[in-house]
Amino acid sequence: MDWLYVTEVALAGLGAGALYALTGVAFVLIYKATRVVNLAIGEILMLGGYVFFGLVAGAGLSIWAAIPLTILAGAALGAVVERALIRPMLGESPISVFMVTIGLGSILAGVVELGWGADPLRLPEFIPNTPIFLGEAYLAPKVAYGALVAALLIAGAVIALRFSRGGVALRATARDQGAAYSMGIDVGRVFSLSWMAACATAAGAGVIVGAIGGISPTMGIFGLSVLVVVIVGGLDSVAGALVGGLLIGLVEALAGSFLGGEYKLLATFSLLILILMVRPYGIFGTHEIERL
Amino acid sequence: MPMDAEILLNVNNVEVVYNRTIQVLRGLSLRVPKGEIVALLGSNGAGKSTTLKAVSNLLELEDGAVTAGHIEFDGTDLASLTPHGLVRRGLFHVMEGRRIFEDLTVEENLTAATFSLSGRGLPITPFDLVYSYFPRLYERRKGLAGYLSGGEQQMLAIGRALISKPKLILLDEPSLGLSPKLVEEIFTIIARINREQGVSMLLVEQNAAVAFSVASYGYIMEMGKVVIDGPVERLVKDQDVQEFYLGLGGGGAHKSYRDVKHYKRRKRWLS
Ligand SMILES: Nc1ncnc2c1ncn2[C@@H]1O[C@H](COP(=O)(O)OP(=O)(O)OP(=O)(O)O)[C@@H](O)[C@H]1O
Ligand SMILES: [Mg+2]
Repeated sequence: MDWLYVTEVALAGLGAGALYALTGVAFVLIYKATRVVNLAIGEILMLGGYVFFGLVAGAGLSIWAAIPLTILAGAALGAVVERALIRPMLGESPISVFMVTIGLGSILAGVVELGWGADPLRLPEFIPNTPIFLGEAYLAPKVAYGALVAALLIAGAVIALRFSRGGVALRATARDQGAAYSMGIDVGRVFSLSWMAACATAAGAGVIVGAIGGISPTMGIFGLSVLVVVIVGGLDSVAGALVGGLLIGLVEALAGSFLGGEYKLLATFSLLILILMVRPYGIFGTHEIERL
Repeated sequence: MPMDAEILLNVNNVEVVYNRTIQVLRGLSLRVPKGEIVALLGSNGAGKSTTLKAVSNLLELEDGAVTAGHIEFDGTDLASLTPHGLVRRGLFHVMEGRRIFEDLTVEENLTAATFSLSGRGLPITPFDLVYSYFPRLYERRKGLAGYLSGGEQQMLAIGRALISKPKLILLDEPSLGLSPKLVEEIFTIIARINREQGVSMLLVEQNAAVAFSVASYGYIMEMGKVVIDGPVERLVKDQDVQEFYLGLGGGGAHKSYRDVKHYKRRKRWLS
């Protein structure tokens, strides 16, 4: 066995996994605060890629202006979706809310296809492309920088959740909504802010994912891997999203390289089933998962 | 009804219905004067907790609604206020079962309560105020609240209320599940808080004796409305109250005598 090759595949897998983890954190944020399983997270990520493309290729903005604007657009989308689609569903069965997010995903995919067509597009190059070696192992610079940014953002999210006052409000709301209200916490605002933060994160992740692999209206299937990630890690656990993301990225890369691309999904779903048999709430999950 | 002092909370002829079908309060009225502790007693299921939730606007979360009557706090009608808005006006509800955030530390639980000060232009209450009443919480401040003993959790629940600089605290069964010694300790502190901070309290209890030891006025409710009320000095002399609520009766064959035993029973949510 060529260990250098194995190492390179594993590194690439961990790099991709960091982006799964980042998007997984976005998913977890929403689930923690609002108990909504947001199946549109992949499409929101895709929309981020397209908004960035539109701002740069269409509106002619510089890349460094387009990135913050894309993230802002993600936040705005989160605010609107939460207020217009999710808040009115409060108290409805989880399955109805879940269906609403599936519908949202299809709408976003449709809008993108109408606006930009069905063909894959390449994002303008903006990530440095000097080759990166870790020891002897080569790592694609885009993947490496993407993973680095993802790691920084995840660290930021963890710190904010653990140490900020807002983080306390979110965790309190996640634990006991009624008690959170009785503390004077504006639970509606917690909902709104977590949707905004999550969708901003997903849109930002979309820029990185698009820069690595290009964008297309079917890019939302990224969300399928993210769903596996958060089920493996536990729907309400940031640490779980991190571990799950790296694990799934690694398994997909190894299965893809050594068994063939068609085994990728088989491998991840086998892992999913295996883990759920041992730990029904995921590796780090605590709360009871709603039956869907 | 207490007439003399200024009225802080006025609950007037309130009816509450859950799930649009189950009526629980049937024309309940009570008043809390400024600076006093008022006790609200009654057997299991009488509607005490429902009364408090109606006041703090938390009924909505349980699909309950006030269908008649009105509630005024500090001169404002409550109907239009959000639950968090109400807290930010100085009405703090310490809910039944303490409802501490178990996976947050003691300090983080207090931090959560600082949201009650938002928009009031008040400085954040130093946690030392809480620790001065409950020194034990200071020792455990970095630990998860879920690992506190029942008594310490009750102290934390009251401590969170203190953070909000309240005018009125609604206390739902603070004695629940605690040893007699701890009950005495906590009620001593409740009385001190009332005296030193000038906070009014509406105190729901199953333990009538201990409630009467701190309250100045008492209401006793059955089936969703008040059946007896009066100043505590008078209530403790009342024959019915002695028999059914203080457990002092001469063993008469009254049909609801066994209600007294309810007070000794642990509550269903504890299991
Ligand atoms: N969310 C709810 N939905 C439907 N019915 C409810 C709800 N909450 C309470 N009830 C009913 O309302 C009645 C009064 O309940 P409440 O909790 O106010 O009683 P309580 O006086 O606080 O009793 P306890 O001493 O046991 O705490 C009970 O019959 C209860 O079953
Ligand atoms: Mg009760």
